[in-house]
Amino acid sequence: MSEHSQAVQHGAEEVLHVGANVSTFAKVWIALLVMTGIEVLLAYEQVPTLIMLTVLLGLSIIKAALIIAYFMHMKFEKLSLFLTLFPMLIFCIVLMLVFLGDAARIPYMRPPA
Amino acid sequence: MSSHASAVETAGSVWEGGRSPYETNSKKFGMWLFLISDSLTFAAMLFAYTYSRVTNPDWPKPFDFSPAIIFSTIMTFCLLSSSLTMVMAVHSMNHGNRKATVGWVLATMAGGAGFVVLHMSEWLKLINVEGVTPFKNPWGVPLFGGTFFALTGLHMTHVICGLIYLAIIAQGVARGKFKAEDVEVSGLYWHFVDLVWMFIFPLVYLMSARIG
Repeated sequence: MSEHSQAVQHGAEEVLHVGANVSTFAKVWIALLVMTGIEVLLAYEQVPTLIMLTVLLGLSIIKAALIIAYFMHMKFEKLSLFLTLFPMLIFCIVLMLVFLGDAARIPYMRPPA
Repeated sequence: MSSHASAVETAGSVWEGGRSPYETNSKKFGMWLFLISDSLTFAAMLFAYTYSRVTNPDWPKPFDFSPAIIFSTIMTFCLLSSSLTMVMAVHSMNHGNRKATVGWVLATMAGGAGFVVLHMSEWLKLINVEGVTPFKNPWGVPLFGGTFFALTGLHMTHVICGLIYLAIIAQGVARGKFKAEDVEVSGLYWHFVDLVWMFIFPLVYLMSARIG
């Protein structure tokens, strides 16, 4: 009995592991190209720096998420793999912001020329 | 009783490698761990670039919209398209079609090679025509060259290593070696190289675009 249920479970997993199909990949690729196009357009229009930086970083994070989820297949992996890898990564990257205050202060600490 | 026996069996098997907690093979998990540590390296270098820029209000904007930004946009297109062909390579290998896999991997390598050639010509223009080196440049902000060449150089090194990796995969698949998971692991590496460029391109190039 338990052997049978295991076999059924295994079959279900195999269906889950097939993942996305070709048209999904093509759609993701087009979405990535469109977002890149928007970024280049922003650079051409010379948007104010802060707005520019915010939009560029936002779009980059969306693009990274699309690549990780579909191209790198993370959407179709077990949640435990994602939870093992990414919260730690994001936490460490956010920790690097610690030095931003120092970086912003240095220009005002220079002796006048 | 039987449920008790199966519980013991599960507990015991943990010590022999256990049920795979991530239900993935060890090559793929190893590649993921490498990529996570590698992304911390790149994040540190991007922060180094950004902080150097914040501390230097006279940071140069060396990239004319035409041709430098258009050039790097074509480079981005090369990398994004090579990611799509890599996905197709993994897809055809999963369906057991080795011949198509070799074709798609070669197409991926063509995209990567295009990227390297364009990037190299851009570097040579910066070095020979504009006089930018890692230690000095005509705009008097030496940190620009240091962080720019370190960041893009490390990325280009990754692309060149990826080309060698894919060449090994392509010739192995063509000779009947390697399994679908090996192609998938090489695909993970290639997508990561693409992913890093998705941050370098806007932060280093688009933020320093010069119009007119």
